[in-house]
Amino acid sequence: MSDEVVLKISHLSKYFGNIKAIENINLEIFKGEIVAFVGDNGAGKSTLMKILSGEYRPSSGEIEIFGEKVVKFNPKSLIKKGITTVYQNLALVDNLDIVSNIFLGYEKRKFMFFLQHREMKMTAEKLLKNLNINIPSLESEVGELSGGQRQGVAIARAIHQGGRILILDEPTAAMGIKESREVYKLIKSLSKEEITVLIVSHNIQQVFDVADKVYIMKRGNIVNQFKTHDTNYNEIADIILGEYAAC
Amino acid sequence: MKCDLQIKAVNNHFKKKYLPQIILFVLLIISLVVISFTSPYFLKWYNIKNILDQSAINILLGVSMTLVICSGGLDLSVGSIAALSSVVMALAIHSGFSLEISIFICILVGTICGLINGYIISCININPFIVTISTLWIYRALTLVLTNSSPIYGFPNEFSVIGSGSFMGLPISFIITLGVVIFGTVLFHKTKYGKYMIAFGCAEASLKRVGVSVNLYKISVYVFSGILAAVTGIILTSKLNCADPLAGYMLEMEVISIVILGGTSIKGGRASIVGTLIAGLLMGMLRNGLIMNGIASYYQQLLVGLILIFAVILSERDKLCKGS
Ligand SMILES: Nc1ncnc2c1ncn2[C@@H]1O[C@H](COP(=O)(O)OP(=O)(O)OP(=O)(O)O)[C@@H](O)[C@H]1O
Ligand SMILES: [Mg+2]
Repeated sequence: MSDEVVLKISHLSKYFGNIKAIENINLEIFKGEIVAFVGDNGAGKSTLMKILSGEYRPSSGEIEIFGEKVVKFNPKSLIKKGITTVYQNLALVDNLDIVSNIFLGYEKRKFMFFLQHREMKMTAEKLLKNLNINIPSLESEVGELSGGQRQGVAIARAIHQGGRILILDEPTAAMGIKESREVYKLIKSLSKEEITVLIVSHNIQQVFDVADKVYIMKRGNIVNQFKTHDTNYNEIADIILGEYAAC
Repeated sequence: MKCDLQIKAVNNHFKKKYLPQIILFVLLIISLVVISFTSPYFLKWYNIKNILDQSAINILLGVSMTLVICSGGLDLSVGSIAALSSVVMALAIHSGFSLEISIFICILVGTICGLINGYIISCININPFIVTISTLWIYRALTLVLTNSSPIYGFPNEFSVIGSGSFMGLPISFIITLGVVIFGTVLFHKTKYGKYMIAFGCAEASLKRVGVSVNLYKISVYVFSGILAAVTGIILTSKLNCADPLAGYMLEMEVISIVILGGTSIKGGRASIVGTLIAGLLMGMLRNGLIMNGIASYYQQLLVGLILIFAVILSERDKLCKGS
């Protein structure tokens, strides 16, 4: 982890009519950090992430990515700035093979039209190897893969799209313990590559081991934050339970 | 050892992916052998030429229909577009335009019809079944209005070459079809277009997320369908030496049948142009075989229906097994 701020959010709010989805969020995230956002339904996690991925425009406030202020809020321009979202449903195409999925929308071509199958396959192979993602055959359709492998492909794709900051929305939802562990191992290895990761989750315990920092959200605000290195889960659990109970 | 396993995996993968087409091809060979025993004329070259000629149109339209269905869509208006475009072409010829210009106008009409379908389906976001069943009526009605519901005769001599000429022993109509099959196969397997059609069929949202202009691609597949329908119109007109406002009636049903038989999933996301080609040939051959044996045409329809339902049940059962 370095002390370079890659993402700076100041006074960020989003209203839907008179519902406040998030209100006056301020935070700084450093390069290579793994940050988790935890909170109950309706806490505003998804809204915050959707702003960061360009799906929503904030009602007020500012976002700086790698020191540059974001002015255009649309997915393509935020991806260009280096922030990529791995959606909960992963946005993979089940009937296409792994290579086609990683390159979807960013295909390598020759003579304008023709796909460079071999080059794409080689790049994908290298990418997956670097990330230590274990996949039997690149020819497999993504629909045939396990949940953990799918997550791996989705993350590989996000990185291939140029993502230096990844947003993972509930990356281990609907996964068994073993698979979740594998995904978390992958996430940890990302931060060694100086990739910053934001994780959205319902469950503090799940993200506690993987995250460097945890933000607790409630009703659109960040109500608590702590570094996982300074504390252990049991200590925190009481505080959190107290907070949840106060809802 | 490891390498060995990998080869096995790839082989398995190949088999699984192309199983319906392999079965279909075997079926084609079996029927070829069986029918050739029932009729001595069946394997004569002029009869084979006949089969190719008669299958040409279904296969031609099958190429675009395969892509349309793969993208999760449907185009029921192809028969009507064929009739409308050929009638407009005939009117153009009769009002003094050159043959080349008239053919160009014909294809232009097909393009516009496809554009209308595609625009309503993708930009206004209406179900393709509803849209194209409506335009099926509309385009047919326009054809009848334009012709006062009577056929238009009289074309330049050189025009008949398209429908009844041959080149290097093969019917021109089939050569055109073969060209379109090759074009479609390259488009489907070697360009991103094919990948996107598959993605439309099973996960449209994921394409939007990576910034692909979804509407443009969707419209293009209906335009392609419209253009091939116009080409069909040209071939039909040339064959009959007459632009019939009732031409291509129920054509869409035959085309959809061979596409499904070829292993393309009606739900979208899975398709095979080679499968469509084989299925088109199989259907043409069976029809020809029945005629050769003097079996009435309603039995042909019965056979087509039976084969189709049988093929679909087989492929659904396969999927159920995989799912469990
Ligand atoms: N598009 C929208 N229109 C109106 N209200 C919305 C919209 N999106 C979110 N909200 C509201 O904003 C608040 C925050 O929702 P958000 O989806 O961000 O919560 P969340 O923390 O992601 O919850 P969950 O854990 O259920 O995913 C909720 O009250 C929600 O009803
Ligand atoms: Mg949410």
